[in-house]
This record gives sequence, structure tokens and C-alpha cells, in this order.
Amino acid sequence: MSAVAVPKHEEAPALEIPSQNYLNDGYSIRSWLLTLDHKRIAILYMVAVAIFFLMGAAFALMIRLELLTPAGDFMEAETYNKMFTMHGVVMIFFVLIPSIPAILGNFLIPLMIGARDVAFPRLNLMSWYVFMLGGMLLLTTAIFGGVDTGWTFYVPFSSMFSNSNVILATMAAFTAGFSSILTGLNFIVTVHTMRAPGMTWFRLPLFIWALYATSLIQVLATPVIAITLVLLMLERGLGLGIFNPALGGDPVLFQHLFWFYSHPAVYIMILPGMGVLSEMIACVARRRVFGYSFVAFSSLGIAIIGFFVWGHHLFVSTQSVYAGLAFSLITFLVAIPSAIKTFNWTATLYKGSISYESPLYFVVGFLGLFVIGGVTGLFLSTAGLDVHLHDTYFVVAHFHYIMVGGEIMAFLGGLHFWWPKMTGRLYPEFWGKLSASLVFVGFNLTFFPQFLVGYLGMPRRYHTYPPEFQLFNVMSTAGASILGVGYILPFIYFLWSLKYGKVAGPNPWRAKGLEWENTTSPPPTGNFEHTPIVTEEAYEYSHLPEANVVRASTH
Amino acid sequence: MIGKFAFWPDLASTVAWKVDAIYIFILLVTILVSLGVYAAIVAFVVKYKRRSEDEIPEQIEGNLPLEILWSVIPLGLVLVMFGWGAVLFFELTTPPAEALNFYVVGKQWMWKVQHPSGKREINELHVPLGQPVKLTLTSEDVIHSFFIPAFRTKIDVVPGRYSVKWFEPSKVGEYHIFCTQYCGNQHAQMIGRVVVMELPQYEQWLKNGGASSVNTGETPEVAGARLFQEQRCVTCHQTNGIMAPVLQGVFGKEVKLQGGQTAVADEAYIRESILNPTAKVVAGYQPNMPTFQGQVTEDAILQLIAYIKSLGGAAGEKTAAVKPDGVQPTEQQPAASPATEEAPSATAKPADEEQPNVGTETPTPENSQSAPATEETPSPHEEQTM
Repeated sequence: MSAVAVPKHEEAPALEIPSQNYLNDGYSIRSWLLTLDHKRIAILYMVAVAIFFLMGAAFALMIRLELLTPAGDFMEAETYNKMFTMHGVVMIFFVLIPSIPAILGNFLIPLMIGARDVAFPRLNLMSWYVFMLGGMLLLTTAIFGGVDTGWTFYVPFSSMFSNSNVILATMAAFTAGFSSILTGLNFIVTVHTMRAPGMTWFRLPLFIWALYATSLIQVLATPVIAITLVLLMLERGLGLGIFNPALGGDPVLFQHLFWFYSHPAVYIMILPGMGVLSEMIACVARRRVFGYSFVAFSSLGIAIIGFFVWGHHLFVSTQSVYAGLAFSLITFLVAIPSAIKTFNWTATLYKGSISYESPLYFVVGFLGLFVIGGVTGLFLSTAGLDVHLHDTYFVVAHFHYIMVGGEIMAFLGGLHFWWPKMTGRLYPEFWGKLSASLVFVGFNLTFFPQFLVGYLGMPRRYHTYPPEFQLFNVMSTAGASILGVGYILPFIYFLWSLKYGKVAGPNPWRAKGLEWENTTSPPPTGNFEHTPIVTEEAYEYSHLPEANVVRASTH
Repeated sequence: MIGKFAFWPDLASTVAWKVDAIYIFILLVTILVSLGVYAAIVAFVVKYKRRSEDEIPEQIEGNLPLEILWSVIPLGLVLVMFGWGAVLFFELTTPPAEALNFYVVGKQWMWKVQHPSGKREINELHVPLGQPVKLTLTSEDVIHSFFIPAFRTKIDVVPGRYSVKWFEPSKVGEYHIFCTQYCGNQHAQMIGRVVVMELPQYEQWLKNGGASSVNTGETPEVAGARLFQEQRCVTCHQTNGIMAPVLQGVFGKEVKLQGGQTAVADEAYIRESILNPTAKVVAGYQPNMPTFQGQVTEDAILQLIAYIKSLGGAAGEKTAAVKPDGVQPTEQQPAASPATEEAPSATAKPADEEQPNVGTETPTPENSQSAPATEETPSPHEEQTM
């Protein structure tokens, strides 16, 4: 290797946290709340999202407890309806959408492309404040008694019939949407203008490709939901007849507008997870990701095709039969880039050098759940079959497999993968593996029975259900308790590791990538001591990096 | 069956096995592909376990033929699924012409059903075995969705619109009806049961009723004819077409509108014309019809539509022409009762009958009084009522 190896510390095995890093660059509240450092903003997001995740999980727990028995014996129907609505709103707008982009994306994009920060650091901080404003509105909604429309806010129920805090809740989602738009905009400009010398488009890590595609969707689709929610608020608040048929409006129009955003939003939620997986699998197998350009372009493919499939949510909504068929066909086409990714990831493991550390557990877990989530999408794309499956637990199981099994598993995996970089400390390996295993087992136990009960016909959003469906629901609730333990464990050992964890050193996995090879763990405020100059492709594992060495530049 | 544990839903309609067939096909394909992929993943993970800290595996860039192969094969598979699903979707959304017409109105939180014979029930739907049934559905408030898992059929029930669903029950029994579109507080209570009966039992049930049903003695057409009088529609809508368009024979036909556009006089158009008459005015008429918004219920509109349908329409639509002036105002009501008491005949298989309209269109009071006007459109009522 011709790299100028600059040992940051003594060669001795006793590693130390670098004396100057972004974490100890000021301890005051002000130094955090007014920070312009993308890494600190990522941590701010992480704290907020962790709180929202616990909140959403608490709602989920309530739902599962109620569904343990067929009768409505744990809470009132009204309370139950608010529980699943709040669960959906919190998890989608305040956990899934910001999770990987706003936390890992914020932290990693500048580090991965060799930049000192994102293109607009102030805008980045503002995005967080806008997000928190949305979060406060959501908390206000909860305090004033919640909302009971379902996270989809379908009219005319939401605009004319619901007696809950619809306007507050939609304001919360509306506001969080702006945060999402600003973050996406920031990332697009950052990737275009801030790449280090030599970092060409086809040398970018696949995580960057995935987040770039995600950002395009955030910028192009989110305004549509913003407008739709404003129209909903106008109808509810001022009685303007937009969707309400009694006032000459069209309720199905709302569904078109809503899903025009919300289906692409599904890809906002899963594409970043795919990006994380590409990074992890390359490191785990010490291999360049098989078919790099196919994986890169499949992200763009998913993002683009994803804009034309919204009507598959409306197969039974009195949409024209021909429109339904067109949407069915286009939806099937999304399966192709997703399949390409899965096959390429599998091929990456072939003849690799597979590390059995915690990230592998998350990779294998993600692939297992994502494949099930992906193939069950084929059932729902089939128009004639979706007539039966639509709005049953089959759909609930499918999107949890993608959103939670895919995205949250990838997010957790990403946290376990980059935690040493973010904090400079290692978590105990045993607990990391245990958490991944518990999540995998608990998840399948929770959601697989829902496919079965869905095909039997159990509708979603039911507070009570016929007794013959109970067995499946008991399994779900039992699985959820295991899943809950799997999710709570990382909170404990991550916090523990901050003080007691082993010092990680710059590159504990001996991974390729500027964030691992060219800077310390945790990185300094300006990210790199020297601006990296990139001379090699991504994942060039033929030059295996050393664990405790920080390069001045590449070659 | 309701209340019985099962791993597989009942197959109680003629399309159920077709839906199951495609489900099983996709299930087999996806299990095969997923297990293949997952077996490969596990095998690679086990086989290529890292042997030393410094191990550098062989670097493989990619393989174009492989990429093409694993794009084209899935594409072929999903196209098969698409094509098969599309054919099935067409079948599910195209009711057979001879289907019995039922009307369903959803409201928070109940289903109101009206049979072709005029029988009404709530949260229950009794249907005869082996008869195609066409439901025309609408909602009084929010969006609902009418789902019968055992029939593998579902359709959203949208306020301000008519949706259509059909099925042909193939197995006697009781099955769940669920509302699957979240509709508020008691969404989970908006359930009911569909009861599939042998034809003789069904006819018996139509006569004797059930606990939750009401026999008004009026078919939707009769009720519509009555409303047509009561609401004074008849004042302007006469056969001469001087004041307002002639409704005889208009159903399902294209009508010319002011401004040169055209509209098909279907359920949605008639509904709009009753509630918002100035929206699409027929060419040659003044927009002087008052709105009936708030004066007629969704049920009443459906009855008016049934009546206008019975006045005849486009080819293919079965007609039972009745002149509105053939119906006298409400005092003719009693005359309707004896006619509808014979309603079971409406359920006879249309194919067995000479008259194509038997089975869908039900007797109207006019035939018993044989107004002279009905002569010019020979109607088949007689044999139904007598």
C-alpha cells in the first residue's frame, strides 16, 4: 500500500478516544442546540427519533394487548382507534421517514464523500427545528386527546365526521414534511457539489446513491402531501367543498393525492435501508458489492417507477378498472429493481470472507424479512387477488415486513455498524447479536400470523374481531413481546457503551470508505484533518485497511 | 363458517377458487424463489466464514449475463402474475347481465340491504344459491367497504358514488360481512352475515321474513314510482317532453347536454341530476329543476333510479317499460302489495324464462291495472304477477 499511514495514536493496543472530536467540542446545551455540525445534528435527530420510537412502540403495545382477546375488553373503541392512528402517524412521519436519512444520512453523507459538512449547515439545523416543531404539534395532539382517523386521514371521515384533533395532527405531519423536504434538498446539493477530489459518481458508496434517490423523492413528492393536507384542513376548518361529496367534492380524489405522496414515501422509508445494507454487506464479506452499477441504478429505478404506482392502493376504491390494471402492471415493475438488489447482495456473499460480528446478524435478518416483505408485495400487486386482500391484515403484515423488518432492521444494523464511528466506543458483541436474533424471531412471530389471518379475512383497524381469529392474534401479541425486548436491549447497551464500552479505534471492522479510513472515531468537528483525495473505487477490499490507522489521504 | 376456526377461508362463491388458485400459484413461486435465495445466503455465510483476520477474498466485480438473467426471469414471472390477475380482476368487476339487483346503503355503522322483491334487512344479506347477485352500493356518510371473505369480494362504498359488486354464491352457509374501510368509532361493529340458502328456502324466507328484516311489500321499482309521484317529479317529467326530458327509455343511453357535451344516463348521472340538477342540463331544456338535496335519502334515490331503469333503456339493459302516468298517486299503494307478495318468482333463473327481464326487474303495480299507455311497450309483467 502506498498510503501514507499516519498513526493517530501510539501503536500500542491501548486505544484512546481522540482528544479532539465532535463530541467534546463544547458541552453546553447551547453548543448542541445551535450546532451547525452535521454529526451533532444527526445526534439531535437520534435522540428525538428514539423518543418518538418509544412513543410509537407504546401505542403498538396497547394495540397488541387489546387484540389478545376478541372482545373489546381492554379499552374503548374510541381509544383503540386513537392508538392505531397515533401509532401510524408517529412511526411513519416521526420515525421511519427521518430514521436513516436524518440520522445516519446526516452523519455519514459528508464523511463518505469527503466533505467537511453538508452544503447548507444552517438549513440542516433548521430542518431539525422544523421537525421538532412538528413533533411538538404531535405531542399537543396526544395531550388534547389524540386523533382517530387512521394515519391515512381519509375523507370525508377526517374532514366532516371525526371529533378528534384532525387539524393538529395534520399540522404535525405537514410540518414534519417540510423538514423532510429541506433535508432532501440539502443532501442533493451536498452530493452534487461537495464530493472530495477524485470522488466521482461511480466511486460513491451505494449508501449515497440510495440516499440521493431518497432525497429526490422527498423533494418531489412531499409537497403534494403538504398541499393535500392543507386542502383537508381547509375543508375541515372552513367547510370548503373539496373532497366532501355533500359539497360537490370527490373523496376518492383525496386518496389519489394522498397516495401520490405516500406510496413514494414508502420508498423514502426503504431505499435508505437498502443503502445501509449495501455498506454493511460489503464490509461483512470484504467484497465489492456485486454489480455495483446495477445496485446503484436500481435505487434510481425504484425512485422513478415509485412515482407511478400509487393507484394500487385504489383497486377497490371505485377507480376505473383500466386504471387499476395499469397501476397493477407498473407496480409489478418495481419488483424488478428490488429483485436485482437482493440477488446482487446474495452474490456479494459468494466467495466472500464473512465476518461473524454483529453486523452480519443484522444483514442476514434484514435479508430474511425484506425478502418476505418484497414477495408478499406481489400478491397485493395482482389486481384480482388484491380485491380480497385489500385492507386486511395481509396488508398490515406486508408493510410491517418492509417498513419494520426492512427499514428498522437496517437502521438498527446501521447503528450497530457505525456506532463505533459515532461514539468511538464498542458495544458488547454478545448483546448486539442477541438483539438482532430476538428482533428476527420476535418479528416473524408477530407478523407472519397476520398474513394467515389476513387471508382468512380479518380486516385491519378492528377493535374487536370474530373469535375464530384469536389464535393468530395471540401469536402476534406473544411475538410482539419478544420483539419489544429485542428493541429495548440496544437502548440499554448503547447507553452503557458510551461510558464503559471498549474504545473502538478508527476502523474496528477494517472497513473501506473515507469515514472509516480517513478519520478518527469519533471524527473531529471538521471531519478530516486533510481533505481526502480519492483514487480508488468504492469497496476496494483488495487493499485491506488497518484497524488503527488513519490515512492522510488515499494513495 | 362463522365462529369456526380454520386455516383457510371458506370457498362460497364461484370466483373463490379462482382467487385461491392465483394465490397458491404466487405462493409457490415466491416460496421457491425466497427459499432459493435464502438457502444461498445461509450457505455462503457458512461456507465462506472468515478464516483469518487478514483474509482478503477474491474480488468479483459483477457479471452482466447474470444480471440480465435475474432481471428477465423475474420480469417474466411477474408478467404472468399480472396477466392472470388482470383477467381475474375483469371477471370480478364485470357483473353478469342476468344478475339479481340488490341495493346496499352503508352508514355509520350498519349495512342496509334491499332485495329485488322489496324486502329489506339490516346487517344481513340473504341470497339464493347459484344465482348471480349484483350489488349496487352507496354510502350515506363516510367511505365504507363491503367485504365478504368467503366470496373473495370487496368494494369500497363511497358517498356520492355508486359502486358495483357481484358474486354467485356456491355453497350454503353463513359467512362474515366486514366493513374494511375504517369508518369511525364502531368500525369493528359494522359487520354482518351473508346467508346463502337453497332457492326454495330463500323463497320461503322472503315470504316469512326474518328477525332483522322488514317486508315493505314494495319492490324498489314500485317504491320509486311512488316517490316519483310524491316528490312531484311527474309534474314535469312527462312523456311529451315539453317541460323536462322524457325518462322513458333513457337509462343507459347517451344524452346530449347543453354546450354540446354528452353524458351517459347511468346511476351516477341520475343521482347527480336529482341532487344537483343544474350541473348537466339536457340540451333543449332550461335549468329550472329544483334540487332534491336533503329531501330524498340515499335509499330513495336508489329507488328512483330503479324506477327510471324500469322505464326502459339502452339495448342490453332489460326493460320493463312503465309509463309514469300509468301510476296513480299513493292510493294505488295497496295494489302493489299483492303483486310483490309473489316476489319469489323474481328469483327464478332467468335463463329458464322466456322473458329475458324476469329475475332482475320486478313487478310494478301498473300491470295489474293495465294502463292503456303500457300497451305500446309490450311488457312481460303479467306472467310474473299472476
